[in-house]
Amino acid sequence: MSSNRQAGETSSIRAPLFFAIMAALILLEGFTSGWNSALGILNMGLLSAIMALGVNMQWGYAGLFNAGAMGFLALGGLAPVLISMPPTSGAFSGGGPGIMAAFFVAIVAVLAAVWIWRNLRGKTRGLAVTAVLIVGFFTYRWLFDPAVEVIEAINPSAQGNLGGLGLPTLISWPVGAVLAAGAAWLVGKTALGLRSDYLAIATLGIAEIIVAILKNEQWLDRGVLNVNGIPRPWPVPYEIDLQNSPDFVAQMQAWGLDPQLGSTIAVKLAFLVLFVIVILALIWLTEMSLKSPWGRMMRAIRDNEISAAAMGKNVTRRHLQIFVLGSAVIGLAGAMMISLDGQMTPTSYNPLRYTFLILVMVIVGGSGNNWGSILGGVLIWYVWVKAGDWGPDIMGALAAPFPDGGLKDHLIQSAPHMRMLVMGIILLMVLRFSPRGLLPEK
Amino acid sequence: MELINALVAVTNYVIIPATAYGAQLALGALGVTLIYSILRFSNFAHGDTMAFGTGVVILITWGFQAMGISFGPLPTALLALPFGIAVTAALMLGTDKVVYQYYRKVRAAPVVMVMVSVGVMFVMNALTRFLIGVDQINFDDGTRFVINARQWRDMTGLHEPLTLRSTQVITVVTAIITVAALFWFLGKTRTGKSMRAFSDNEDLALLSGIDPNKVVAVTWIITGALATIAGTLYGLDKSFKAFTYFQLLLPIFASAIVGGIGNPVGAIAGGFVISFSEVGLTYAWKKVATYLVPSWEPDGLVQLLSTDYKYAVSFTILILVLIFKPTGLFKGKIV
Repeated sequence: MSSNRQAGETSSIRAPLFFAIMAALILLEGFTSGWNSALGILNMGLLSAIMALGVNMQWGYAGLFNAGAMGFLALGGLAPVLISMPPTSGAFSGGGPGIMAAFFVAIVAVLAAVWIWRNLRGKTRGLAVTAVLIVGFFTYRWLFDPAVEVIEAINPSAQGNLGGLGLPTLISWPVGAVLAAGAAWLVGKTALGLRSDYLAIATLGIAEIIVAILKNEQWLDRGVLNVNGIPRPWPVPYEIDLQNSPDFVAQMQAWGLDPQLGSTIAVKLAFLVLFVIVILALIWLTEMSLKSPWGRMMRAIRDNEISAAAMGKNVTRRHLQIFVLGSAVIGLAGAMMISLDGQMTPTSYNPLRYTFLILVMVIVGGSGNNWGSILGGVLIWYVWVKAGDWGPDIMGALAAPFPDGGLKDHLIQSAPHMRMLVMGIILLMVLRFSPRGLLPEK
Repeated sequence: MELINALVAVTNYVIIPATAYGAQLALGALGVTLIYSILRFSNFAHGDTMAFGTGVVILITWGFQAMGISFGPLPTALLALPFGIAVTAALMLGTDKVVYQYYRKVRAAPVVMVMVSVGVMFVMNALTRFLIGVDQINFDDGTRFVINARQWRDMTGLHEPLTLRSTQVITVVTAIITVAALFWFLGKTRTGKSMRAFSDNEDLALLSGIDPNKVVAVTWIITGALATIAGTLYGLDKSFKAFTYFQLLLPIFASAIVGGIGNPVGAIAGGFVISFSEVGLTYAWKKVATYLVPSWEPDGLVQLLSTDYKYAVSFTILILVLIFKPTGLFKGKIV
């Protein structure tokens, strides 16, 4: 990688120019398709930008390939369910102790196994570890299964899960970051320090497993039944409350706006303000840390691991640190996304959309440049949405000369897959011709 | 008697399916491991290459069926397989020319190559979707069973049924032929030997006059063939769905790493380790348990892990290998 990181001369108007183009595209969307659509794209684009900031910390600062952003995102999304949903009455008293005890047994068994492995020698070691793990597993299941049954039996049509703590949604955002950081620590601890692409494969695996857990553990998040009605974060109002408020309706009418349309736009604007605050805070933190000695050390490690190690830097420890921090940011974005959607739908997590598209955003925006991640996040999200819209039109025009029938129908039907092709080609083009991205690292 | 019934149940539900699945994983892992040892990166596009190859085979199968060509009791897809391999190999060579060649020339870091393969993955994914769509497709039109449950009962008089599907036999036989051909090629032919030399020590191989372009081209052709065969066998045995093939990437990588990445024998062993652990841990052992301990009436299914978590098995084995033996069971290479 070091070969394409030489600091080159880039024009100082480059960044403002690209951001102006981005703003113009969003404005154009607003004037042509309405402000609801434009703000919708912008909000999701900004969320993608936060995910991209997290992935950029890993790939851009440290050259670590995280192929499991989806998993950390999904795990972060669990936080609003567990923190801000109202509690399910009876669930915690009924099944809580059993589940806690089961997890306690699991942790004790793993710790005991590790302790035995470290302190025993010879043949008994393997046998003892296996025995401890088997006994631990069956005790865990023996405690866990009845507790789950109790919880899932409570009002299964609407609840049947542990429920939340009923705390404000804003609290769940940092909790989402902590959850993702915990998972990242476990993965990083095992896979870092080995070959560079082992981390990619390990993260690919953990992502699949986290999503499988969210899909199947009904007691936790109702699995494929989805959790609906997750409360919004503090200052964001509900459309229906706005429409019922005489002041708001009067104000809208004074501006000549339909109150219903006005209320949806007001809600999106409120989310927008929250997201912008989070992004600015993250940018400030990351830029400060990059300018600090810590940031210089990270770049030194990325550009030449061997000489950094020779200078006494613990490369694996620093990699673990940045991997956990980046994953925490992805988890934060996951929690924010769930509170924007207001529901948790585990089946919607798709690795192409939530892992690999984010990588495209980072690389197109400019690896190692935080502003580049923001630009890449919004821009690529815009192209992704629009490629889905334009695909059928373009395909229809291309297929027009063909006679009606099987081939033409097939071409038009496959148009929505255009976005995959577009993303692949954009990624390959950028990697080949402009590996430093739209906004190169300074 | 009960012991024999228990054995039959284990064979029917664990050994036979796991052997077929293991053979499919082994072929997939061989492709990954070959790319790894010659081109030195983990190819994330391999799952989608399998999907693309299988998609082509399915289209040609449909063409044959429309023309009334069939392969007797065997699935028509086997007739279509050589054509599918040719198309996939051509696509691999084209991809190498357009995409990968440049990065070899500039000697890009392996992790950059992995990122490039993600781009290729997107494009292949789109091509497969254009070609055949995203739906689940069954394209097995051969005889369904070699032994069905009734024949088994008449033959042995046991009341525990055993079925052997023809796709399972086809999978194992095809895999054995493919692997034998591959090892013969790597071990006996001049090109195969130069590939192994290139894999062991690139500089020395170049110095002794081995043409790197030829080695790389042959590697891509073999990889395309292995991916198409693995994908078609998996599709015949279960069914074809593009997204499932993407998800196979994890057990395939796990197989290659468990066996020792870069080592062909290891890839095969790894495939079977992963498949037997996956099927064994997600199988409901209730039936076997009641045969062995007649007095015991288990209230659950005696299933260690729900089948929804089968990928967790590959992952756990992968993590254990990474912690305890990062070079894999058979010494692989670590760069």
